[in-house]
Amino acid sequence: MQKIAKPLALLALVATILPPILFLAKSMAEGPMKWIMLAGSILWFATAPFWLKEND
Amino acid sequence: MTDQEEHHLAANEYEREAVPEKALKGPRSFWGMYAGEHTAGTEFMIGPLFVAWGASAFDLIVGLLLGNLLAVLTWRYLTANVATKERFTLYFKLEKICGRNLVTLYNFFNGVLFCFLAGAMVTVSATAVGVPFGDRIAMPSFADMMPTGVAWVLVCFVIGALMTIVAVRGYAFVARVSYIAAPWMFLVFVACGLVVLGRLDTMNLFELIQPPQGTESQISFWGIVAFSWFCNAAMHLGMSDMSVLRYARKPGYGWASAAGMFLGHYIAWICAALLLVYWVRQFGVDPATGVPPGPMVFDAVGWAGLLCVVIAGWTTANPTIYRAGLAFQGMFPKMSRTTGTAIAGAVCTIASIFPAFAMKLLDFVGIYGTILAPVGAVIVVDHFLADKVGIVKNYAEKSGTRFNVAVLIAWLLPVAVAMYLYRYHGVFASYLPLPTFVACGVLYIVLSKMLNRRTP
Repeated sequence: MQKIAKPLALLALVATILPPILFLAKSMAEGPMKWIMLAGSILWFATAPFWLKEND
Repeated sequence: MTDQEEHHLAANEYEREAVPEKALKGPRSFWGMYAGEHTAGTEFMIGPLFVAWGASAFDLIVGLLLGNLLAVLTWRYLTANVATKERFTLYFKLEKICGRNLVTLYNFFNGVLFCFLAGAMVTVSATAVGVPFGDRIAMPSFADMMPTGVAWVLVCFVIGALMTIVAVRGYAFVARVSYIAAPWMFLVFVACGLVVLGRLDTMNLFELIQPPQGTESQISFWGIVAFSWFCNAAMHLGMSDMSVLRYARKPGYGWASAAGMFLGHYIAWICAALLLVYWVRQFGVDPATGVPPGPMVFDAVGWAGLLCVVIAGWTTANPTIYRAGLAFQGMFPKMSRTTGTAIAGAVCTIASIFPAFAMKLLDFVGIYGTILAPVGAVIVVDHFLADKVGIVKNYAEKSGTRFNVAVLIAWLLPVAVAMYLYRYHGVFASYLPLPTFVACGVLYIVLSKMLNRRTP
């Protein structure tokens, strides 16, 4: 779990910030942007506790 | 060991002694702590309030940069210097100088103000919780000081009660959630700003952030500098962060405050401000009336944003309720921490139903700093100047007094003058912490020489 927690958590952060960047660049519509951000947020809280535990 | 037992043990460590070498912490915990603490629910309020007050882009972008830099310098060269040399909590150091009974008075003000601040954070969270309920919950505007309806009161009570329960039972859990949430929260703030820029199809902040035509700005460049410098006056000038920085290996760790100031109090504030700019331009909202954070963030980034507003309010309200509980418990040593925290939670919850604290946050934090920061001047004088000016260091400890009258007068007299200037002469509250701090320090030296002349 710990080995996959870090890359998944980082993916979650990318999923939180990349969609708005793409929206700003007019490469993504607003609807998908919001849903991907939500998915990224859920993924972050599911994985970050295992990753950040290693870094405490 | 339960969370409560862990925290009870942790909270009691070195409360009445200097932190030993073995307990000192590395830099990472301070960078993380400051970043998390200052990317909070209140940032969602403060950014839009700058827009409501008619701040211009230059004033905001440059003023916040300067003010936050000054705040970091204060943390680094004043607070961290004292904290790493004294190694005591603020409360214990104050007790040595002022006496037990005067610290009790400080704890009262500290506790009550913390409760009101936590109440403002509960209000912010309530604006998010209310979004799915639509028109059934009347959201407060910037002009609302009183509760907007029964439904609003119920939402605030439920949120406040839940936060109180967690604060009483699971502080360590909240600290953990805050630590985990911080990087994500910051990105959601940035996302809000990016979405607004995308919707308005511009990157020109200087064109976007302007006072509405025909209106004058209510906050100047120096007002913004003063606000950003002194919004945490109680923590840096007021030395409240001695309790944190006493664990730092060296004073240089005071630079960690930059994480909070430039991520939270700069980028997050500007991104939050852009949310209201969008609503003014797109929907013709009167900036003076404003829009609550919950609906704005939900509109910009959807459910992720709503989650962020709730968590941001929660993770900062909880430690604030906890600190208030500690302050009340400090007033009544026989009171259990649970009772103190429950009382703090109750006061916070009642405060939250009155939007005044959140909507008047720009004034409130100035008043908060004005009342509490001067006490830090007493510590600064004691630490740096006592020997040079010929006053007794740690006077209460050496004399056995429980009430150092010199401190009481030096503290309350400048505060009374400051409050008069604020109330009857309309002086912006954030201009008051620094002169009050200086006046308190000077008065303490003069009064100590007059009243505390005998060397015990």
